[in-house]
Amino acid sequence: MRNDKLIINRRQLIRGAAGGAALSVPILHFVREAYAEQYCNMPTGKEVVLGFNVPQTGAYADEGADELRAFKLAVKHLNGEGDGGMLNTFKPSALKGNGVLGKKVAFVTGDTQTKSDAARASAKRMIEKDKAIMISGGSSSGVAIAVQSLCQDMGVIFMAGLTHSNDTTGKDKRKHGFRHFFNTEMTGAALAPVLAKEYGTDRKAYHLTADYTWGWSQEGSIKKYTEALGWKTVKAVRTPLGAGDFSQYLTPVLNSGADVLVLNHYGKDMVNSLTQAVQFGMRDKQVNGKQFQIVVPLFSRLMAQGAGEAIKGIYGSTNWNWQMTDEASKAFVKSFGKEYGFPPSQAAQTCYVQTILYANACEMAGTFAPAGVIKALEGFKFDGLGNGPTEYRAADHQCFKDVLVVKGKEKPASKYDLLEVVDITPRSKVEYEAKMLGGDLGPVNMKPC
Amino acid sequence: MDAFLLQFLNGLDKGGAYALIALGLTLAFGTLGIVNFAHGALFMLGAFVAVSVNKLLTLEKVVLDPTRKTPWGEPVEIRTPYVETWLGDFGRFLVDWSVPVSIIAVIPVMLLIGVVMERGLIRHFYRRPHADQILVTFGLAIVLQEIVKHFFGANPIPQSAPAMFAGSADVGALFGLPPGTLVYPWWRLIYFLFAALVIAIVFAFLQFTTWGMVVRAGMRDRETVGLLGINIRRRFTTVFGIAAIVAGLAGAMYTPILPPDYHMGMEFLVLSFVVVVVGGMGSLPGAVLAGFLLGVLQSFSSMTEVKAILPGIDQIIIYLIAVIVLLTRPRGLLGRKGVMED
Repeated sequence: MRNDKLIINRRQLIRGAAGGAALSVPILHFVREAYAEQYCNMPTGKEVVLGFNVPQTGAYADEGADELRAFKLAVKHLNGEGDGGMLNTFKPSALKGNGVLGKKVAFVTGDTQTKSDAARASAKRMIEKDKAIMISGGSSSGVAIAVQSLCQDMGVIFMAGLTHSNDTTGKDKRKHGFRHFFNTEMTGAALAPVLAKEYGTDRKAYHLTADYTWGWSQEGSIKKYTEALGWKTVKAVRTPLGAGDFSQYLTPVLNSGADVLVLNHYGKDMVNSLTQAVQFGMRDKQVNGKQFQIVVPLFSRLMAQGAGEAIKGIYGSTNWNWQMTDEASKAFVKSFGKEYGFPPSQAAQTCYVQTILYANACEMAGTFAPAGVIKALEGFKFDGLGNGPTEYRAADHQCFKDVLVVKGKEKPASKYDLLEVVDITPRSKVEYEAKMLGGDLGPVNMKPC
Repeated sequence: MDAFLLQFLNGLDKGGAYALIALGLTLAFGTLGIVNFAHGALFMLGAFVAVSVNKLLTLEKVVLDPTRKTPWGEPVEIRTPYVETWLGDFGRFLVDWSVPVSIIAVIPVMLLIGVVMERGLIRHFYRRPHADQILVTFGLAIVLQEIVKHFFGANPIPQSAPAMFAGSADVGALFGLPPGTLVYPWWRLIYFLFAALVIAIVFAFLQFTTWGMVVRAGMRDRETVGLLGINIRRRFTTVFGIAAIVAGLAGAMYTPILPPDYHMGMEFLVLSFVVVVVGGMGSLPGAVLAGFLLGVLQSFSSMTEVKAILPGIDQIIIYLIAVIVLLTRPRGLLGRKGVMED
């Protein structure tokens, strides 16, 4: 009769342990992969796909085209082609110049048309059909907020392109969304002291504001910081997007008693309203014993080109300018200029940087899984990407860095030489508490899409 | 008083553009019976003829300076406009006056575009329902826009008025107001006068020439004019060309006011259709009257005092008036009896 008791001698125990260990390797590997497949669009082949969602048609198409150029250049550099651009100056860098995590970087593009619904549809297509693991781009805060929310819901990372509204990393912030570009709060904090220094503290301002999230945000920030320095706001008038002829909004300014006009407009609206304000003789006018002034808080070189002569001497702020003299900016301008024959815009720079930062975060995390990438980006401190020392604040996924205050150049040396940097406001002066702008990042979404 | 006058002037120059576009639309509708949604694109094309003329006049000779390098290591380009090299001061004058000079090019180019559009596409839709006409002309407008965008990009391209009209006129002085109280851009005043002149020429042409008499007769009773042995079709083709010229001139002269982009025609088109409806479909005086009327009303509605009582009224005033006119007088202000009333 056999003894039913389990009797294990020392030899059997060692043999069993060795067998168990040998078996556990593939099992653990299987379990890890099985877990990894739980996130959206986990790359399984030799390539990783990024989705670049930019305005290819509509009013911001030229800006979108520049963003796309920058994305293509970033992909080229990540795959170890070209001169490497800012990959040579970026630190600390985990990038190896062989793609990301050994996979070649491929990309697909979409057209936002600068419309939230079209942008969401295009991003959804890139995620569902093209298996994009990260979405980037956009030239409008309305679009950025809409796509950021979609990326959160679908479980992919959104690296915002040009979006300036506080809401993107304020009340509408999301765990999967990250913004390198600055915001209206920073513009207000940086620009107001320069305005007060140049035009004095006893000023009466009249705001014309684009009637959507970015315009409201910009108006609020400029009012807050200029009023704190003694300025008074006579009136703030909302103008419809794409109004074209602003004469009916400009003429009341002439009789309002205001001596400063703040144009919270961007793109085509800015070009039109500024040009028309100058035509109405506002820059030649004396009000309250002072020279009348016009301020355009957010500048873009592409828009300055559109405004032509009217931009000369006008103050504003910008995220980056191609004439910066740091080594990183010079490397980027050289690389971009060689590729395309002209310097990059601020939109191009932020899109290039965002692609590099995403790739680097994947390398740091050792995975494409959103949880790992988010953890690597949160609180990441870096330098050598054109804006000096920068930090991705963990609390709201907003980059904090120095802000440039610029002025339209009086005597441009070339058609690209349009802005003159008048002040570099240090990060410490534009930083604010994350809770001030409200919102909630929400959870990491690791669900499959 | 000065605020009132300013808005009145605003209304006049805006009304001038509405009236010119609506005039062309009405000509096409009154003679050919076609609802032309590509008419705004003709306004845009006229503006881009002016842009092209400016680009031609500012074509530059490019010389590379090997002693200076761009930040990306290429030699710096030194650019000098050919026209200035060849013609000296006269060349500089031509560049400065490029917008008015472009009128010389706008007339033949727009006539050609109008005739090709009518012969090539529009005439095949005369007997088709208005819905088909709207669809095909709207599609054509999109095609024209995309072509312009392909060649000129999507961003607005600023055009300057001649230097002598760059500033503002002290209009207030005419009304005995202190200097500088009421200033208005010179070019906007000129645009209003230009619009009035073009409208007068079109009316004189239709009113005082035999050719115009036949067209007017055709607008009233096309069949009878045809029965009299007159080739009304050929005349109507020319009318379409004239409508294109009027839209093109309106667009070209508007470029110093609104930097042109490929989409500018659409923005004006919708408002101009409302102007045509308010003025009366097919009524030329109606289109002009409604153009100026709606332009002025739109300007007044955006006055701070008005908006304090009726917030947002400036956005809806034109459509509100269109609704009132359609409800109370469906034929429009000066429309013929029976049109749009059945």
